[in-house]
Order: sequence, then C-alpha cells, then structure tokens
Amino acid sequence: MNNAPTFDSRRARADFPILARDVRGKPLSYLDNAATAQKPVAVIEALDRYYRAENSNIHRGVHYLSEQATDAYEATRAKAARFIGATDPDEIIFVRGATEGINLISHGFTESVLQPGDEILITHMEHHANIVPWQIAAQKTGAILKVVPVDDRGVLDMEAFEALLCEKTKLVSVVHVSNSLGTINPVKVIIDKAHALNVPVLVDGAQSTPHMAADVAELGCDFFVFSGHKVFGPTGIGVLWGKREWLERLPAYQSGGDMIEKVDFEGTTYKGIPGKFEAGTPHIAGVIGLGAAFDYLASMDRVGALQHENALLNVATEQLLAIDGLRIIGTAPNKASVISFLIDDIHPHDIGTFLDAGGIAIRAGHHCTQPLLKRFGVPATARASFAFYNDFEDIERLVEGLTKMKQFFG
Amino acid sequence: MSDDLHDLYQDIILDHNKRPRHYGVLPDYTHTAAGYNPLCGDKIDVFLIVQDKRIEAVQFEAACCAICKASASMMTETLIGKSLDEAEIAFKRAGELLSTDRNVAADLSVDGEIAALAGVRKFPARIKCATLPWHTYIAALKGDAELGTN
Repeated sequence: MNNAPTFDSRRARADFPILARDVRGKPLSYLDNAATAQKPVAVIEALDRYYRAENSNIHRGVHYLSEQATDAYEATRAKAARFIGATDPDEIIFVRGATEGINLISHGFTESVLQPGDEILITHMEHHANIVPWQIAAQKTGAILKVVPVDDRGVLDMEAFEALLCEKTKLVSVVHVSNSLGTINPVKVIIDKAHALNVPVLVDGAQSTPHMAADVAELGCDFFVFSGHKVFGPTGIGVLWGKREWLERLPAYQSGGDMIEKVDFEGTTYKGIPGKFEAGTPHIAGVIGLGAAFDYLASMDRVGALQHENALLNVATEQLLAIDGLRIIGTAPNKASVISFLIDDIHPHDIGTFLDAGGIAIRAGHHCTQPLLKRFGVPATARASFAFYNDFEDIERLVEGLTKMKQFFG
Repeated sequence: MSDDLHDLYQDIILDHNKRPRHYGVLPDYTHTAAGYNPLCGDKIDVFLIVQDKRIEAVQFEAACCAICKASASMMTETLIGKSLDEAEIAFKRAGELLSTDRNVAADLSVDGEIAALAGVRKFPARIKCATLPWHTYIAALKGDAELGTN
C-alpha cells in the first residue's frame, strides 16, 4: 500500500457536464477556476427543477408552492452556516456575491462606525472588491485606508501588519487566499492580533472556500464573505456571514419589501437579522442552486480533494518552471492551486489566445488586483487555476501548449 | 495549430511584434496621447510630429500584447508622410478591416501590411488590442492626453 491520494478526480469530473465538451475542436481543459468554477449536474438540475416545478415567491405565500420555496430557501441558509462552521443560520445573509457582501459591510461602517481619523487596514494583495469599497468609505467618512505590504514571494509582511494595527484601526479586511498569487494568508494570526486590540476582522473567502473548508468559529473572524459561483453554485448569489452583534448594529443596506416589520408613512420598523439585509424578492433559484452545491461538496471527500489539488499545484509548478523563460509570480510557501506566470516577452494575452486555440482555458490580465501586479512590476500575468476535477492530463496539455507557443513566437 | 490562429498571428504580425518599427519616445513631438485598456492592462504612448497638415513622424512605446504592438508598428508605417486627410482615410480603413459588421476583404497589394489586421476579426476578444493604437493616435491628434477604452 502506498500513501497516494485516493481522491478520484475522474469520477468527480463526470459530475460536471461542461467538462465533456469540446472547445475549438479540442477537449476542454478548464484552468480558469479562480474566475468561476463549473457546475455539477446536481446544481444544474436543482435550478431546472425549481423553475419547472417549484417556482414561487418566498416569505409571503399562503399556498403550497410558496411554502415549499420558502422551506428550500431557508434550508440553504442552514446549509451555508454549516458550510463555514457557523452555528446560527440567522447570521447568514444572502447577497449577490463576495463583492456585494463587502459593500454591505462598508456601507454599514460608513453609516454607523467610521469617524474622521479612524483607520481601515487592508493588504496589498486584495482584490479590487476589497479595496474600492473601503476607498469610498474613507472618502465619505474621513477615515484613512492603510495597506499591509507583501514581500517578493507574495507573503504578507506580518511585522508591518503589527506596526500598522493600532487603536485607530476600526476594521481589518483581508483576503483569505489571493486570487492572483494563490497565497494562503495567516488569517487566524491576523484575527487574534486584531482582537487583542478589539479590532473586528472581515475575511474575504471568495478564493479559499472553493479549495478548503473554512470555519468561522475556529477562525474567530467577525465577518466572512464568499461567492456562490466559485464554490460550484450559480452566479449572482453569495453569502455574507457576520457575528450577530455586528449585524444587529449595522444599518440596513437596501430597503423595501420583505425587510420590514411594519410600515407607516410616519415611520417604519425593520425586521431583525437576516431579513433586515434581504430587501425585495431575492435570487431564490440561486439560493436553491447554491444549496445543491453545498450538498454536493458535503457529500464529497474535501480533504482528499484538497490533497489532489495540492498534488496538481506541485506538479504544475515543477513542470512550468522547467519551461525556459517561465517565471511564476507568487511563490509563497503556503499556496492554493493558483499559478500566475509570465514567459519571456510573450504577453499574457497572447498566451491566453494561443492556449485557447488548443481548448485550454486560462485567465490573462490583472485579475482585478492592479495594485498587487504593480507591486511586482508587471501589468498582467497568465493564470492557471485548478479545481478538484482537473487532472494531470490538464497539466500535460498546458505544458505542451506553452512549449508549442514558445516555438511559434520564438 | 488552427488556421484561425495562423490568421491572427500571421508572419507580418509576428515580425512587427518582434521588430516594432518607429519604437520609442519621439523627441520634439507636437502631439502625444496615452492609450490604456483597463480590461487587460495594455498601455501605449503615441507621439506625432504634425507640420503643415502632414504627419512628419509617428513613434510609439508600449507594454502590450503582440496584436497591439504589431498594429501600432504597422500604423506608424502607414501614417508617416501622409497628409491629415490621407491619414483619416487610412484610419477609417483600419477600422473597416477590424470590424466584424462588414467583414470587408483585405488586400495586401492595396492595403499594404495592415491587411493583416483582418485576421484579428475572428477573435472578438482581441479586436480592442488592435484598435487601441489607432484610437490613441486620434486622441493625440485631437489633443486628448489620455484615452481609456473599455
């Protein structure tokens, strides 16, 4: 017996219909998972079933279908809580994605927390979604945005973090896993140090949740956001989790139907959480589809899947580095299966187009992390990102495609 | 290798990418503009010397893909020595060659090397790479210092 990972990526792959199709006359190697993940048949069927047989509005019907839809919607809230290790489903707010989750919190902090001179602490490796909302919050309130630097490997400078963290800090907002570099950040350490000064912490889990089980209770963070489409669920739906005391303290983000208790022209009283933050008819189908994604992930061996992804990461890193002139941006010792790379003077866009002609889908560009790429002195990178349904054949095809490309542009 | 890919990266394009003509900052320019595509990060500076309604010199500097660089290089060769009226016609022709609406036939003997731009049409995601230098040239001419495309 050996200790080889037992995860069967081939079997997992069969659950994703799109992976069986051809692209440009070639089998598809989908290596753009950090942008969005593919959907298992269980999610596709849940969406189809909802619209064919279950469609109804929630929280207001006296009829059968509405009760069923409400139950399925609320059941997903409980599944979402389990997915991230939260105990109270009321602390789960459905939003459009991680971006809207962060906007909801920045809106709340703008309205009722931040004062002139307060500080918001983020890092140099944040996605634009975790930069721009805080810039706007700072502009509106007179607060100051501070940025923790990263080193040449793409690792956070923790000494600088500790130096920047102070009594004035009103929130630390940090990405769990970098979408551009793959770096897994020591969020637990960050949270503990911030909490020692009573500073709350928001963790952007958009890139960690597809790879590893996140546990907000264990992490101890105050807010956690992630996107449904990156965890094999539908687009347009995501989750914000927050500690009850915070969610109760922050004001409503949008207003309208379904978030009120009582409306008079003289005044309105709002529902408690989570309803306070879910104005209007929500993305019911998306929530139900996301529930199917949670079920799918709960039924699989996620530890085995992560081991498989790490094996893919190691093999791909080794084989890519063997290509003459290839340089990897992001060499942190602790990484998720995301590889940003450059090849000589071949622009990432040309790399992307060339690989695409061979059915290999990667991302080329700045990955919505312009300040980070500027830090590394490059305007763009090519990025291959792996999910558990990728296999070693995808890596072979990637390496073969890049080798051919080098000859072509040579 | 697919035929489409060969159409996109023709020898003319590869050659201009490897050996871009009229590359670098132009001293004593009369017009300049910076073009930027926020989608992919392509950046280009275009410099012109315009005298008596004639384009005496065009140079560019860029951090961009092969399509953008080749298009810019071919643009310099096309524009240099042309009157502004002739340059306007050349600009419109480049736009036609890159437009998917009409799919006009390109002719190397009539259009010169910019005929190679027609190969970009099959790659809609890349058309903006090829148009960026030309729009930056127009921005320079009009005196717009910065141009962002989406």
